[in-house]
Amino acid sequence: MDERPVVLKIEGLRKVFGKLEVLKGIDMTVRQAEAIVICGRSGSGKSTLLRCVNFLEDPTEGTIELAGMKLGGGHRTRGKRESIRQLRTHAGMVFQDFQLFPHMTALGNVMEGPVTVKKVDEEEARASALKYLDQVGLGEKADEYPIRLSGGQKQRVAIARALAMEPDVLLFDEPTSALDPELTGEVLAVMKSLSIDHHKTMLIVTHEMAFAREAADRLLFFHEGLILEEGTPEEIFAAPKFEETRRFIEAVL
Amino acid sequence: MTDKETRMEALAQASASIPFRYKLSAVWLAIFGLVAVLFAVARFDTDWMLENVGYIAVGLRTTVIIAASAILLAIVMALLGALGRLSKNPVFFGLSGFYTSFFRGTPLIVQMFLVYFGLPQLGRAGPTWLRDLLILDAVPAGILALGLNYGAYMTEIFRAGIQSVGHGQAEAAGALGMSYSQTMRRVVLPQAVRVIIPPTGNEFIAMMKDTALVSFLGATASQLEVFRRAQLQGRADNRNLEAFVVSAAVYWVLTTIFTYFQGRLERKLSTGYIRDASAAGRGEH
Repeated sequence: MDERPVVLKIEGLRKVFGKLEVLKGIDMTVRQAEAIVICGRSGSGKSTLLRCVNFLEDPTEGTIELAGMKLGGGHRTRGKRESIRQLRTHAGMVFQDFQLFPHMTALGNVMEGPVTVKKVDEEEARASALKYLDQVGLGEKADEYPIRLSGGQKQRVAIARALAMEPDVLLFDEPTSALDPELTGEVLAVMKSLSIDHHKTMLIVTHEMAFAREAADRLLFFHEGLILEEGTPEEIFAAPKFEETRRFIEAVL
Repeated sequence: MTDKETRMEALAQASASIPFRYKLSAVWLAIFGLVAVLFAVARFDTDWMLENVGYIAVGLRTTVIIAASAILLAIVMALLGALGRLSKNPVFFGLSGFYTSFFRGTPLIVQMFLVYFGLPQLGRAGPTWLRDLLILDAVPAGILALGLNYGAYMTEIFRAGIQSVGHGQAEAAGALGMSYSQTMRRVVLPQAVRVIIPPTGNEFIAMMKDTALVSFLGATASQLEVFRRAQLQGRADNRNLEAFVVSAAVYWVLTTIFTYFQGRLERKLSTGYIRDASAAGRGEH
């Protein structure tokens, strides 16, 4: 049995948009240093799951347990908003379309969370921000504004911005989908290094199956709002149990 | 081709070789020449105008104080109004709805009279300190009315500016754990400012001209703004039209100067939005 401590626990998660039930009851546990890739056709609920974890979407039912806090959806009172804010500092999110702050330099983007949210001393935050920019290979670009960076560089700054909060879990929402094909490699290389060299706990929604094979401990296949199949990438690639999984893998590999 | 057509053609050819800037200068010169002719025809007393332009221009001090104070008030009101219009809280939403509806739906001059004459009336019901507080001089009353009125119009500008910042930006800030006010202060408003500044500059220019309405409230001698000075001086020497023309020129110079600085500020704000950093200062978009 896996002895590593549980970082994130999702129980009975349902999400309904109007009449559309996007998530139909997800239970899953993420352990420390695990890299989990979530795949599935578009509309299968994988991005919604990620957005429910840090309450960018409000869960209709079920709970999220992270960093000693267990929260469900529902009306956001003042206290609830504060709990959500706390929880979010433990979950770093990387968006499909980067969402860097255009009025700040790369360095400013990475420093922003620690300085504004965690009230870290500015000099200290600058030093560690530079360290994270180096880690994603962009120490040279610290003083550039996002508009002068390529898509791949922007996404790597966004990863550094998430890392700078020293979160318990990193959430990647299709991090390479908005990139030109020749730029996905540099982003995936950074993510692979985070998983393999730095043992980060990661939840990654992506269609990059080659990346999943190399970097993921577990692969979850989402289908119509449920986890249809899960296992190591090798297991699932070699012998998918379900017809849907087999067809999806054939389509993206 | 007829003779005339040939000549027109030659003229067009010659014209094409003259740079646009020279032609533009010629147009402006012609306009000023025409104005000078009109002055002569109307028998304007230009000597009187030159003698009194100084006295009238001193009113700029009060004019600028009124406009600057009122625009500051308007900016605060517009920000609050916009946040209210975007709020899900029924109290804030309702308050800002009433505010914009009333101040955009009634004439500015009526609002000025309401503030100047109405507030003291209201104060009579209350204790002495309140009564004293609500009796305003013409200039403070004008500032209050102008600020409230322009704030109501600028609420829309601010709302549009805030909404021009994509929802993803607020999500990214929220995902870092920022509170609503941190998200606004650090991420949304600094970006919205770029969209808000140009139309706010236009409102400021319009407001500098509307300060002339304060003259209707009367003013003590130390607080005379440009138009009031022009009125008094023109009436005293029976040079009314000359005085109005001088005041028009003074306002025009004022707004022209401001327009120049507004342009520079806009270029400065474009940092981070222009790929070639060296072009940022020169406005080469």
